[in-house]
Amino acid sequence: MKSSVSRLSLWLLLTPFLLWIVLLVLLPHLQMLRVSFQVRESWDTIAWGVEQYQNFFTESYYWRTFVRTGVMSLFTTFLTLLIAFPIAWYIARLARGRSKGILFLACLIPFWASELVRTYGWMILLRESGLFSSWLQALGWADGPVEMLYNDVAVIVGLVYNGLLFMVVPLVTTLDGMDENLVEAGYDLGGGHGTVLREIVVPWAMPGIVSGCIVVFMLTLGSYLTPILMGGKDSAWFTEQIFTQFITRFNWEQGAALGVLLLVLSSVIVWLGLKISGQSLRKVMG
Amino acid sequence: MIRSVPRSRLFDGLYLAYLVAFFVYLALPLLVTAVFAFNDAPFPSLPWKGFSLDWFFADGSEGRTGLFHDDGLLTALWVSGKIAFWVTLVSVALGCVNAVLFERVQFRGKEFLYLFMLLPLVIPGVILGVSILVFYSGMANDVSAAWGIELDLFRPGMTLVVMGQVAFIATLSTLVIAARLRKFDPQLEEAALNLGATPLVAWFTVTLPWLLPSIFGAAAMAFLMSFENFNTTVMLTGSDTPLTVALFNRLREGSTPVLNAVALMLMVGSALLALLVMGRSSR
Repeated sequence: MKSSVSRLSLWLLLTPFLLWIVLLVLLPHLQMLRVSFQVRESWDTIAWGVEQYQNFFTESYYWRTFVRTGVMSLFTTFLTLLIAFPIAWYIARLARGRSKGILFLACLIPFWASELVRTYGWMILLRESGLFSSWLQALGWADGPVEMLYNDVAVIVGLVYNGLLFMVVPLVTTLDGMDENLVEAGYDLGGGHGTVLREIVVPWAMPGIVSGCIVVFMLTLGSYLTPILMGGKDSAWFTEQIFTQFITRFNWEQGAALGVLLLVLSSVIVWLGLKISGQSLRKVMG
Repeated sequence: MIRSVPRSRLFDGLYLAYLVAFFVYLALPLLVTAVFAFNDAPFPSLPWKGFSLDWFFADGSEGRTGLFHDDGLLTALWVSGKIAFWVTLVSVALGCVNAVLFERVQFRGKEFLYLFMLLPLVIPGVILGVSILVFYSGMANDVSAAWGIELDLFRPGMTLVVMGQVAFIATLSTLVIAARLRKFDPQLEEAALNLGATPLVAWFTVTLPWLLPSIFGAAAMAFLMSFENFNTTVMLTGSDTPLTVALFNRLREGSTPVLNAVALMLMVGSALLALLVMGRSSR
């Protein structure tokens, strides 16, 4: 009797979970995979084939954007880590009492605004008629309006800005739990700043580093607003192409294939990151 | 580099300068956006033409339409609110059930299913949106072609947007609520059971009150994430555009201080919600 009751409650708890995962995540992605292998021969006949994937490799525009998006996302992630680490270190180890909490909250403030608002703010600052341009002219450092928007640097500035919170929070969390005696011992044993950082601090912070990097990389790779609004004519982003195929051209088959490729890229890089750092998804995310 | 290790003055000075520069970098875009909502000029740029509340309250009679008279934006705001309401409701309910499932029940294959639970976090939002579009909208097309039945529910629109957002927001609310449940002492529940409460009564009088702060936290987070989401939403939205998509469309046409006014309202709204939740949880 008891076991049948617990069986029943297990199924009651399991059903919503399964409905969610199967109906909203698994089936849609399997269908996307299936559609990506469909070749439309005429308006109502469909064959199977790899035409969409061939298009991807033969049209240089596709795979160039793909590689560019991947490389720029990796670079952005790395840059975000470099910028965020000293901040996280200060908040976790050097700040005391109230200032610690206030600084931590200050890191969260930009994320009370949506990505669109943040990007808009950067546009107001960077564009030709923007604030930086006006200030440069007022200071006499520039003769005419300076266009700082619509290039790759602007895109990276915006992307780093979007990712910072997701890097700072896991770093602060792991660094907070570190025993300072370890660092002292490192110095006592004759280690310099570099050695202590490499041999003690970074290994300790690894779960935080990996989890921050995964989230920032995913966000950057999948971002759409920042590259579109801040990038120039040559700074295409891969999500933009997926969007174009689906919404503008109604070419779902091609769009699905590009979607699958983006998903494969992100999964492979996340998996590699976990393998190289010796972490597991459960440990860094859950 | 820690407090007990002596540092040079120069190092301290540089570190401080870096911190200041960092927080200026964080604050500047938002500050600028907020300030230009009050500029008495048709474009959000210098020079400063004086203070004005036109971009909030002007009724369109003098060529300026403020946010509170802009029907397009107000409708979009309402659509976003409805979407966020349903997303919050479903994600938090799912989060509670999932938290109990993964923290309190032992069953075979739990580790495996836990990985599936985390999966939406490592799928780009655009792909989540696209896959749901392909599956449900494609299904609606097929059903319509085969049997002539119109499944308008599964055409791009509010239902699909809610589904797409729940797909990943439910993971986040599960993590928030599960983290709190992990700290719960099961003996409290056992005590209630020993004192004669049925499992359901024990759950509602002992466990649920313990979880309440995390439920509020998860709800606020779900609401904000839904309200601000763009990547998943843009793929699934129909004719009733939510606020972020409407703002994006406006922004492509050109920027006016009305956008700054909306942005400022959004910031204030999120800040109030965040303060409310923090105030609750610290009590």
